[in-house]
Amino acid sequence: MLNKKHLVLLASAGAITLAGVATAQADTLEDTRSRGAVQCGVSDGLPGFSAPDDSGEWQGLDVDVCRAVAAAVLGDADAVNYISLNAVERFTALQSGEVDVLSRNTTWTTVRDTTLGLNFTGVTFYDGQGFLVSSDLGVSSADELDGAAICIQSGTTTELNLADYFRANGMEFDPIVFDTSDQTVGGFQAGRCDVLTSDTSQLAALRIQLDDPDSAIILPDVISKEPLGPVVRQGDDLWFNIVKWSLFAMLNAEEYGITSENVDDMLSSENPDVARLLGQDGNYGEAMQLEADWAYNIISQVGNYGESFERNVGMGSPLEIERGVNALWTQGGVQYAPPIR
Amino acid sequence: MSVRPNARPVGQKPPFWRDRAKRALIFQFILIAAVAVFLVYIVGNTQDNLAARGITTGFGFLSNTAGFGIVQSLIDYSSQSTYGRTFLVGLLNTLLVGSLGVVAATIIGFIVGIARLSPNWLLARLATAYIETFRNIPLLLQIFFWYYAVLRTLPSARDSLTFGEIIFLNVRGLYLPEPLFESGFGLIPVTFILAIVASIALIIWNKRRQEATGQRLPAYWISFALIFGLPLLVMFATGVPITWDVPELRGFNFRGGFTVIPEFLALWLALSIYTAAFIAEIVRSGIQAISHGQTEAAQALSLPRSLVLRLVVIPQALRVIIPPLTSQYLNLIKNSSLATAIGYPDLVSVFAGTTLNQTGQAIEVIAMTMAVYLTISLLVSMFMNWFNARVALVER
Repeated sequence: MLNKKHLVLLASAGAITLAGVATAQADTLEDTRSRGAVQCGVSDGLPGFSAPDDSGEWQGLDVDVCRAVAAAVLGDADAVNYISLNAVERFTALQSGEVDVLSRNTTWTTVRDTTLGLNFTGVTFYDGQGFLVSSDLGVSSADELDGAAICIQSGTTTELNLADYFRANGMEFDPIVFDTSDQTVGGFQAGRCDVLTSDTSQLAALRIQLDDPDSAIILPDVISKEPLGPVVRQGDDLWFNIVKWSLFAMLNAEEYGITSENVDDMLSSENPDVARLLGQDGNYGEAMQLEADWAYNIISQVGNYGESFERNVGMGSPLEIERGVNALWTQGGVQYAPPIR
Repeated sequence: MSVRPNARPVGQKPPFWRDRAKRALIFQFILIAAVAVFLVYIVGNTQDNLAARGITTGFGFLSNTAGFGIVQSLIDYSSQSTYGRTFLVGLLNTLLVGSLGVVAATIIGFIVGIARLSPNWLLARLATAYIETFRNIPLLLQIFFWYYAVLRTLPSARDSLTFGEIIFLNVRGLYLPEPLFESGFGLIPVTFILAIVASIALIIWNKRRQEATGQRLPAYWISFALIFGLPLLVMFATGVPITWDVPELRGFNFRGGFTVIPEFLALWLALSIYTAAFIAEIVRSGIQAISHGQTEAAQALSLPRSLVLRLVVIPQALRVIIPPLTSQYLNLIKNSSLATAIGYPDLVSVFAGTTLNQTGQAIEVIAMTMAVYLTISLLVSMFMNWFNARVALVER
């Protein structure tokens, strides 16, 4: 009996098998324009990053990347078709052309960047793997977890980091691997495992989904680097540039102090950086076959990076994640976008 | 002069396109050639597409280090093992739950099927209720039911249910003491095998003797005593060369001993109970297919009731039962891939799940996984066809 996941995989594999070679180098920008919408691969529901809100609208930091691309390409941030993918489906869906952008808290690694025919366009969130443990376990550090049963989501870098960490520290563990993050939380809540491990940002999101969030604590240890970013197909450099610079536009906007509120006033700014970004001085969208107001559309409809961060995962959201390493380079973080020039 | 259509000189063969057998051969050849060309095209096109998209192909990944852990493994496995090893671990876990599931489903199915025909009203109704309940609820829901509703109500590790402080049951699984064999244990399996061989010989000899003289020994009871008695005798004679590794609570969980994980229990229960409902119906229909006249005739020969069942009804019923039973076995094995929903590390979860995602080589991994299920199913079918041929009516 095959479940939905395998049907999607089969269909995608079938698409690669049967599609003619000519379509492999398709012009994603052209396809997007004629479709009138960006096909965006998102998670199967991770609050703060990509999850539908009460009214069924997708919200989140990853979703805002899709919206920014749609705003730049089509002038309308709402022109996005969201395709919910689990961890195993995601790369096949992108490879086979089912989605144009994969913006789904995906860690940038060597294997993924070099062997899958994919390119990472940047980093939307610098994350690291942590542990959520039940508070009555009385554990305060990850090196006390010897012998623990640990719930993980299948098909993630998390599985590898976990094995590395426990082996490096000479500890044993029982991995309990679930298909979706909901099932992982279900397993943790039911007491099947002592520990739930995932990226720390996700732990914050998963913790507030618990019946009693106070029954669990996030350990201070961070055991890996997890740079999360959008992914596109290799071989379509124009589209790669568009997705890459959509994120850079949001970062630069924050650096120059342009927000969705003041962007109209900023149009008359004397600051040359601002004028170039908003298309008032030269047309930097032209080489990407975009209108001069591509960045204006992103900022006015989606906001700058800082606004998106605060709204979705920051202190203004239920997740309450500190900016920390995700602050701009000017404020002690590592978020740094190349200049528009 | 009129020419009759068949007025061909005797002995001259018709041209090959008029010969039906040859024409059929040609069509079959064309069909095979078309399928082959299609396959070559598909494989070539896939390779071209993958190369054009810069996606790595081939089976080289199987010798790379996997780097992730697996909770249940029948062979030595660590995170330093290869992806090829994860394939074996997953395959063995699938075979484990599949084979134990087939055994349990067959036993439950036969009992319930026979109970359904029982003259006892309560027993028959209970069997009917069982069948109607379990075969009409989707299997995935039943797996969730056993996993979340039943097993999760068990206590935590610290408040484990215990049986004599050697067996522990909690939400993390069933912990059993594990026998550790000391030197000198080797004799016991040897005696066990010898006892089995002796029993088979005894049964054959007993049958021949009965056919020749009409006398018979209680050969089955003697065999039973041989198979279980002899090894026990040897064990005590050699001073019980076994120590037990009893699980004990250390840190968060029990360590030592032998663990049956709840994922396995839930999947095994769900698969067995679900498939048993279908098998019960097959058994019932098989028994009912035997005309009542057969039973009456056997009774008229004054055979006792147990022999009527064993010598007359069941051998004939088996002929009706076995073919549909085969497809139930195949269903059970294929349904075991639902393991991935509750985190049991079967082939689909470990190999077509984690390994696929870590390597990204979807086509190779899915092809290997499909080939495995195909092979297992064909082997089971072959065995059941052989068994069916054995019990089939011998026509003279």
